[in-house]
Amino acid sequence: MVFEPKILAFLCNWCSYAGADLAGVSRFQYPPNVLPIRVMCSSRVSPEHIFQAFDQGADGVFVAGCHPGDCHYINGNYKTLRKVKLTKKMLEQIGINPKRLRLEWISSVEGVKFAEVVREMTEELKELGPIER
Amino acid sequence: MKPKLAFYWCASCGGCEVAILDLNEALLDLVEKADIVFWPCAMDFKRSDVEKMGDNHIDFSFINGAIRTSEDVEMADLLRKKSKHVVAFGSCSCFGGIPGLANLSSKKEMLERIYDTESTEERAVFPSVKFEFDGEILTLPEFLDEAKPLEEVIKVDYFIPGCPPQTEQTLEALDSLLNGRSDKKVFASAKSVCEECPRQKEDKKLSTIKRIYEIQDDGRCLLEQGIPCLGPATAGGCGARCVKANYPCTGCNGPTQEAIDQGARMIASLASALGIEDEEKMEEKKVDELIDEIIDPVGTFYKFSLPKSILKKRWRDLDKSKTIGGRS
Repeated sequence: MVFEPKILAFLCNWCSYAGADLAGVSRFQYPPNVLPIRVMCSSRVSPEHIFQAFDQGADGVFVAGCHPGDCHYINGNYKTLRKVKLTKKMLEQIGINPKRLRLEWISSVEGVKFAEVVREMTEELKELGPIER
Repeated sequence: MKPKLAFYWCASCGGCEVAILDLNEALLDLVEKADIVFWPCAMDFKRSDVEKMGDNHIDFSFINGAIRTSEDVEMADLLRKKSKHVVAFGSCSCFGGIPGLANLSSKKEMLERIYDTESTEERAVFPSVKFEFDGEILTLPEFLDEAKPLEEVIKVDYFIPGCPPQTEQTLEALDSLLNGRSDKKVFASAKSVCEECPRQKEDKKLSTIKRIYEIQDDGRCLLEQGIPCLGPATAGGCGARCVKANYPCTGCNGPTQEAIDQGARMIASLASALGIEDEEKMEEKKVDELIDEIIDPVGTFYKFSLPKSILKKRWRDLDKSKTIGGRS
């Protein structure tokens, strides 16, 4: 059986969720491995959520926010960047491949990019295989 | 009748036992109000003494130290059976503590490091659980795969965190427990250490991470001066002692009540406090440089709480990717 990774995606309400929505209404194809959760801002995603996702069976976590300068809350995405980078460092130390956590900036017109990133991440995770628990 | 108390240590340094002795004169009041029926560290008691007691004979068992060997599990089970209430005393017992950082290595790695490296005279002689010598069988407790907080092996009624618990915290807990006024389950503040910290906050972004010797102490918030101080993610109740003595909080009182995970909460706080000038231009390289200044995030942010955290121990995912395909 082919390994199908589970990706949990946290999408910001103002840009990335709209981007994912656009991918849907434009009928761009992307793998069904992604489970989106809409959050008001990408900086709402705490490392606690990311750790819990991995602990409860996610193979990858994808955080998406507005492009630099576009944050609806002025500077939320800058905090997200630092938070995700620190979390990646911690994941690496604890023995989880930091590639399993991905941060991308996706605007509301980038449906193509959303589909592209999900496709890329699914491929990558398929190659990495399931997390050894 | 006087209530009966027991004190026992599992994988601990002995500091928690000293913390009991540190009650000083209050210890004399304690023995007047209660009988100590088991305290192997300070008085001559044997395990068989506890085994002879009836069930629920002890009123409060204070157990400190993490659960590391099979003996710790057996003693915890025994004391649970013989006690009405069990109190996890100290950070190791509450969250796994410093011995819990060993969860970053496997049992095999640890034993190999100790018994099979250049520093060992006779290589690869590992301790065994059972050994026959002169017709006698000698036994040793088994070293378990990981360090655990007490709560993972038995039911715990009360928690007194701290490394070691502050005298005031211990006295408050003893007073309310012995008088049956135990309205608290965790004897730490519901608020963070920052609430008790007298230092001045200016809501300043920190642009670099520093070590304690690199700053001039002028009463300003240590975190804002660039020291990774765990105050925001740590429960108060200690009176911010370390911070008052110009030393950053290292998190021994465990996570605040609303935090699920101390280290994760600290990353979130630090990520908000960290800032580079002109962050709008977002040079990723600069952000990377700033993050790289934090050398050991797990050791710093989970110093006392790794076994109680969400991820608990080292995962084997990266080791696998090193051997297959070499992607890491």
